[in-house]
Amino acid sequence: MRVRQVRAPLVAGLLILAVLLAFAAFPGWIAPYDPIGFDFTALLAPPSWSHPFGTDQFGRDILSRTIASSGIDLQIAIFATVGPLLIGGSIGLFVGYAGGIADAVFGRFADLVVTFPFLVLVIAIVAVLGPGLLNMYIAVACVGWVAYARLMRGEVMVQKASDYVAAARVLGYGTLRIVLRHILPNAARPVLVYLVSDMALAILLGSSLGYLGLGAQPPAAEWGVLIADGKNFLSQAPWIALFPGVVIVLAGLGFSLTGDGLADLLEVRR
Amino acid sequence: MTRGGWLAARLLQIIPTLVMIGLITFVLARLLPGDVVTAMLGDRGSDEAIAQLTHQLGLDQNIAVQLVAYLDALLHGQFGTSLAFHAPVTELIAERLPVTLMLTGMAIVIALVLAVPLAFVAALTVNRWPDLAIRSVFQIGLSSPIFYVGLLLLTMLSAWLRVFPVGGYGDTLADRLYHLFLPALTLAFSLAAILMRNLRASILQVLHAEFVDFARAKGLRSRVILARHVLRNALIATVTLVGLHIGSLIGGAVVTESVFAVPGVGRLMVDSIFARDYPVIQALTLVLAVLVSLAFLVTDLVQMWLDPRIGA
Repeated sequence: MRVRQVRAPLVAGLLILAVLLAFAAFPGWIAPYDPIGFDFTALLAPPSWSHPFGTDQFGRDILSRTIASSGIDLQIAIFATVGPLLIGGSIGLFVGYAGGIADAVFGRFADLVVTFPFLVLVIAIVAVLGPGLLNMYIAVACVGWVAYARLMRGEVMVQKASDYVAAARVLGYGTLRIVLRHILPNAARPVLVYLVSDMALAILLGSSLGYLGLGAQPPAAEWGVLIADGKNFLSQAPWIALFPGVVIVLAGLGFSLTGDGLADLLEVRR
Repeated sequence: MTRGGWLAARLLQIIPTLVMIGLITFVLARLLPGDVVTAMLGDRGSDEAIAQLTHQLGLDQNIAVQLVAYLDALLHGQFGTSLAFHAPVTELIAERLPVTLMLTGMAIVIALVLAVPLAFVAALTVNRWPDLAIRSVFQIGLSSPIFYVGLLLLTMLSAWLRVFPVGGYGDTLADRLYHLFLPALTLAFSLAAILMRNLRASILQVLHAEFVDFARAKGLRSRVILARHVLRNALIATVTLVGLHIGSLIGGAVVTESVFAVPGVGRLMVDSIFARDYPVIQALTLVLAVLVSLAFLVTDLVQMWLDPRIGA
């Protein structure tokens, strides 16, 4: 009974992610219509059996457009988190093991970055670099690495003080071998669990920037961009903006349920 | 360390933070790939215009001189001139900041009004249906992008039911509260979710703490225990959380203001990006970071006031 309780959210999360992955991998097979095909016989058609999410002002099928956008949003979930993971993880690994001045400098700098509202700093950097997906990834990496570095640093410090590291040192292993072969695999687990939950936030951030016009640029299909396209039809044809959002919420749920489930399963403290 | 000493140390800490915020925003503006001036003027800039703007921005000077000039200007509250509005940036921000502060303040109040009672209901019915329902709604809320929550509320309450205005900002205080209610509710949602989750957990923890057993053993009625012991302890944690999330609230305000066309600094920031109004973006980044660090300071002070163990 206990096992089932722990795993139910995890299974639900993984199922949602599997569906989204299928959308992203085979949009052409799953989508009922051509996502950019105009249909002038069904303009602003409300949701129905033939168009479950309705159609927009050009008669494009919203469900097909939503499915076609999955690729970019899943790409955002990966690229907007892996950059911060690699940068922050390396820095955290280094300062956690080295300690001393490096750690003190890192501590002050991390405190400072946290003072900037995350979204405001990301938007400011995107403003400097110019709107677009690549620049959004750069901006998120510039700001998001701190969380990973802090987490990794804490874990490394715990591992560093453990007996097996002392034993490895007594055996005469080199520092690099101890850090990479022994400390890193043990310290990485909570960081990787955090990565999964962070992907939920990345999707929310990516779609928010897309909505504001700072992320993915039209005509690229991205959920936030789709919603922005539909916002002028809110009173007339609310489905254009509201249905793609359901998928964003599901994607967010999928990643956060999976993250929480993994944390429980692997007994990671949060 | 004495309580006074702790207080003094905490107050002094703000100075290096402020200086570093100034430094980071300075570096940020200098990170522009290519030339700032060409980026601002686009392809239309004649050589003359480029030279003039370069001089006007002081970009023809040594970087150290520029930094000193920048920090000096900041100390005097000078943020330069907006390229889009042709008005002092300080004025533009001063006009719009109260709107954003009011929006954020209302969001905090709404989040507390939602989270505190619901957290108690959830904790007292733990794992039964009210608890599960409350937690599910908030879990979904945490997975929803803020602009989407805003559009949903806008569609249901403004477009269909016509209970609230579609956007904008009023003239009188009552009118403004009315106009800002939906945006504030939107902004409050994810904070309420975070507060509810943590408050519920800490109420559950406190309910099983020894001092509550002791209070019960003394024969205190459970309502008194809840109000005097459980609530007080749980509130300390809540205040800390609200303080920690001021940054994300302000980030959320940027999005919310864009959805509801609220004339605050968040909307100004997004508009400035499309207008390539770099002085405004730079100043806003700085002002918002300063706001958050002040919020952290206030949080620490309130926490000290609530929790006598700090600095004692």
